[in-house]
Amino acid sequence: MSEDVELSHVNMDFGKFRAVNNVDVTIKAGEFFSFLGPSGCGKTTILRLISGFMDPTGGAVRIGGKDMIGIGPNARPTALIFQNLALFPLMPIWENIAFGLEVRGVDKVTRRARAEELLKLVDLHDSADKKVSQLSGGQKQRVAIARALAVEPKVMLLDEPLSALDLKLRQHMRAELRAIQKRTGVTFIYITHDQGEALAMSDRVGVMSQGVLQQVGTPMEIYNTPANGFVASFVGENNIFSGTVKSVKAGEATFETPSGKFLTRLGPGIKVGDTAKIYIRPEHTFLQKAASAKANSVPVEVTEMAFEGNFVNLFVRDAKGTTHMVQAQNDPNAPPPGRGSKVHMTFAPENAVVLADAARQSSH
Amino acid sequence: MGELYRRYGKPISYLMVLLTAFWLLALVVIPNIVLFEFSFKPYLPVDQLGGPRDVYSLDNYLTFVNSPIHVKIFFLTVLYSSVVTLLCLAMSYPLAYYLAKVIRPANAPTIFLLLLIPLWVSEILRSFAWFIILSFQGPLNALLLGTGIIEKPIRWISGFNGVIIGLIYSYLLFMLFPVYNAISSLDSNQIEASQDLGAPLWRTHWRVVIPHAKPGIASGCVMVFMLSAGSVIVPTTLAAPNSRWFTEIIQQWMFEGLDWNVGSAYAFLLLVLCIIFVSLVMRVLNVRLVDIAK
Repeated sequence: MSEDVELSHVNMDFGKFRAVNNVDVTIKAGEFFSFLGPSGCGKTTILRLISGFMDPTGGAVRIGGKDMIGIGPNARPTALIFQNLALFPLMPIWENIAFGLEVRGVDKVTRRARAEELLKLVDLHDSADKKVSQLSGGQKQRVAIARALAVEPKVMLLDEPLSALDLKLRQHMRAELRAIQKRTGVTFIYITHDQGEALAMSDRVGVMSQGVLQQVGTPMEIYNTPANGFVASFVGENNIFSGTVKSVKAGEATFETPSGKFLTRLGPGIKVGDTAKIYIRPEHTFLQKAASAKANSVPVEVTEMAFEGNFVNLFVRDAKGTTHMVQAQNDPNAPPPGRGSKVHMTFAPENAVVLADAARQSSH
Repeated sequence: MGELYRRYGKPISYLMVLLTAFWLLALVVIPNIVLFEFSFKPYLPVDQLGGPRDVYSLDNYLTFVNSPIHVKIFFLTVLYSSVVTLLCLAMSYPLAYYLAKVIRPANAPTIFLLLLIPLWVSEILRSFAWFIILSFQGPLNALLLGTGIIEKPIRWISGFNGVIIGLIYSYLLFMLFPVYNAISSLDSNQIEASQDLGAPLWRTHWRVVIPHAKPGIASGCVMVFMLSAGSVIVPTTLAAPNSRWFTEIIQQWMFEGLDWNVGSAYAFLLLVLCIIFVSLVMRVLNVRLVDIAK
């Protein structure tokens, strides 16, 4: 039912510009894999390379072990869901869904029956004869999914299909996409710049920047042990201090910054003497009246507070004038310090990690 | 009207509406009504106008029905105008698609300029140029003979060949532009979606591009057909002696026979023909008048 997709040292050049730089990853059969990155990072190019609208200028694309170079989009076992869905507005819904079957020479009665079946799968009964323009955004979304599923693809490619929907619908469709993926077992490759979407839906996430795949891992790995500063900053919030690694003892490093010396973990590829940054998640920082002896601590002043319901974001400023964010659980019995309070921001060594900036690969 | 008024103010709005109304009434509606009335009256010496013989009748139309040669020319005009229309469509569609979806948009203006430059020359000169090119001892035959493609010169201007070539050349762009406009308004993702779902090129065109371009195709067909059927210069210049165009018959009645009445009747038959053709095209392609007017 599904196939794995292997990108082997894939490069894609547009003139002098390298849009995809030595991307090397295997997406397992039946996996929900997301490429996450800001716009222009090359993720859409990767999608077009897999779907066959382009061939890479270097490396190989294999689906189910079969080399795909030179095979057009109409002959690949993939189905693409476009960002704007690209439904055919002049065909009724059922013909849209059955288009791939029409192409394959399936007779009209069977086509119609299959379209109705798929409409049920995506929870759109009685819409077979409607026009595309009569459907709402979420319904169009489902028709696009049904249309792609109709050709029984081995690999489903999704190009930010939820970006046009409003927040509620988007969250609903996330769950739905995930459910459809589990039900059909098809390999899903999902392109998004929305970290929430990628973390919530995917089995694994590949974070991209400037054509380079920065890290591949489960959503938890990506968030908890980011490979570099780009991944840490793109996925979630951070408090950042720049400085130098002074010494390492028993896995714990001493990191010197203008705001003081901190004990930290070392990220991949960092050694003594490196100038880098430490990253601490806001939920791993705490405010205390006095400096902590066990944890790292920085004297700060509370400047701003944003109440989010179940938690509170407190913005604090250190002696150097840098603003940090501390995320605290909302506890009515222990209200957070008010604006102007002079307190200490503390964080445990195991929650602070020294990371290099984004990985860059040599341009050609 | 409200929009016009708001944007340009009262005096200019009225002026624009009045000028348009004048153009429509004085230059289109009234002359046609006059011709229409003429077509039912006999051609009489001036002193008999308003006399007992000056009555409405269908005689002028019967003149047409009773002239087998004219009926034949009428239908040949219909036939060959349709041929010109179809050939124009066959040539324009791939070019329009290429211009709209294949080349880089930045290059389109240059190509359009190249396409438009010939239009700056008057239709008479262009037809005459083709007359020279196609003539028995003309450059085309010389070229084909010189390169050894043919062994004997071809008589290009025989039957309606010359007329068809000349009309296609003159009116190709009237097909190209509406079809181009229609295709370029198609979301390219739909073409890719069709391919992605497995459609070969022809099916993508048949099911996605052509249905979308239908209004443009219809308006191109209507324009090319009407211009071809109504053309005088091209058939006069490029027709072989034995092949005549219906407009030439009208011209004969009007200017050589000075019989405006029969001429009017013939002109109205041509108009009716064009209206029938337009409705037919709209029916076949299943488009509405507003789509074509776009």
